[in-house]
Amino acid sequence: MKKLFVFFLGLSLVACQEQPSPELQASINRGQEVYQNFCIQCHLAEGQGVPNAFPPLAPSDFLETQTAAVIAGLKYGMQGEIVVNGQTYNGNMPAQGLEDDEIADVVNYIRNSWGNQNRQMILASDVAQTSKPNP
Amino acid sequence: MRYLASIGTLLGLSVFMACAQENVPPIQTPSTAAYTLEKVVDDSGILWGMTFISQTEILATEKGGTLYYCSAGTKQAISNVPEVYVRGQGGLLDVATDPDFDTNSIIYLTLSSKGRGSEPGGNTALYKARLVDNSRLEDVELLYQASPNSKKGQHWGSRIVFDPQGHLYFGIGDRGNRDVNPQDISRDGGKIYRLNRDGSIPQDNPFVGQNGAKEAVFSYGHRNPQGMATHPTTGEIWVHEHGPRGGDEINRVQKGKNYGWPVITYGINYSGTPITTQTKKEGMEQPFYYWVPSIAPSGFAISDSDKYPNWRGDYFVGSLKFEYLEHLTIENQQVVAREKIAPDIGRVRNVQQGPDGYLYLSVEGKGIFKIVSKS
Repeated sequence: MKKLFVFFLGLSLVACQEQPSPELQASINRGQEVYQNFCIQCHLAEGQGVPNAFPPLAPSDFLETQTAAVIAGLKYGMQGEIVVNGQTYNGNMPAQGLEDDEIADVVNYIRNSWGNQNRQMILASDVAQTSKPNP
Repeated sequence: MRYLASIGTLLGLSVFMACAQENVPPIQTPSTAAYTLEKVVDDSGILWGMTFISQTEILATEKGGTLYYCSAGTKQAISNVPEVYVRGQGGLLDVATDPDFDTNSIIYLTLSSKGRGSEPGGNTALYKARLVDNSRLEDVELLYQASPNSKKGQHWGSRIVFDPQGHLYFGIGDRGNRDVNPQDISRDGGKIYRLNRDGSIPQDNPFVGQNGAKEAVFSYGHRNPQGMATHPTTGEIWVHEHGPRGGDEINRVQKGKNYGWPVITYGINYSGTPITTQTKKEGMEQPFYYWVPSIAPSGFAISDSDKYPNWRGDYFVGSLKFEYLEHLTIENQQVVAREKIAPDIGRVRNVQQGPDGYLYLSVEGKGIFKIVSKS
């Protein structure tokens, strides 16, 4: 019974969350297509990733706190060690050849899916301004 | 409580059923390795294709668009490589030498290309070129450009092999458009192609003269072939291809045959929903072998080497997903055992038998390794 109560409490909290703006929602929708085209093979349908191989996107402290690194990784590829939820991953995510608007859309999608909620919209211009990280 | 128990039973049953569909024989991990791995090329990128131009010299493609000449532990970029459209799984893909390479220095490349039009996106292309001084390409010639362009990132293929008569075979995946491309022989994608080495179409190709057909097509109904091998004793072309979630396949490629994708498959969508209820259908070939769950196969070698006598005639397939080289023991045209070679080495992108008889595997982010048996 208690569990049920917690469940409905959680449900009502989700329902009370601020809805995405129409612009953000449109970007999220486009981002879903990008995700299913380019990302799902490794990060899987619920963003759960694969233990020891591909880090999860939900939940992911890395995604929450290091948006710039996520954008740079999508734009230029990502290599070497990263720590996600206390687990170390040492993989190689090649750049997918996405355009700036596609990167913005997919970041908006993953930041607002599977329980993630970040209503601050990433724009193509943010991606354009992201430079290659120093090796 | 009883309600909970029955849910538990149901859950257990569904887990059991899910497991029961796994392919046999189960994969084994030998407790002691009968070989050592020796790194011959170091590379932090993705060495997608490789071919030997002598006992010790290798040409290797890096997915991002660089073709390397590798020798004695060093590598140098070869110039004048055609422009590559790096997109999703696409990039610079396979490289193969002409059967008469020793006298003509001809190589072939498959790659993702924007083509020559202005249409957005790209598709898989096959190029021919002459290697000069191990440092540049000359006489670069486009032999095949698949169409139409697509901005999809998936399923470009591709590997290149030759049959004993010298025909060139290469594959193109369904380009992320499974309901349109693979079953339609008037469209590119989801096909194995067969060409003469000058790019012309052999007149005994199965769909020559058929109205609207792509006459280069040799077989169809494929999803995404990233491994291809010529059988060393029969001369047949063998291919393996990525399934969706489950249902990776090994197929013996036969003239004009339909391999069924996406009408029949042993896989399901990434989301877990079904693609089709059918695994068999008349007029469509059953796979020689299939994997559930998917291993994400890339690279295919069939050993005929005396370097590993126990492995002669066996199949070797890289696993991107589970990060090992899979050894499939073949007896009487069946897979009778499977074992992991180099477990946890990383994403195995390619495997080839070198002219010295040793197997070489390419691992993403690491480079190329030679498998040396201990005995």
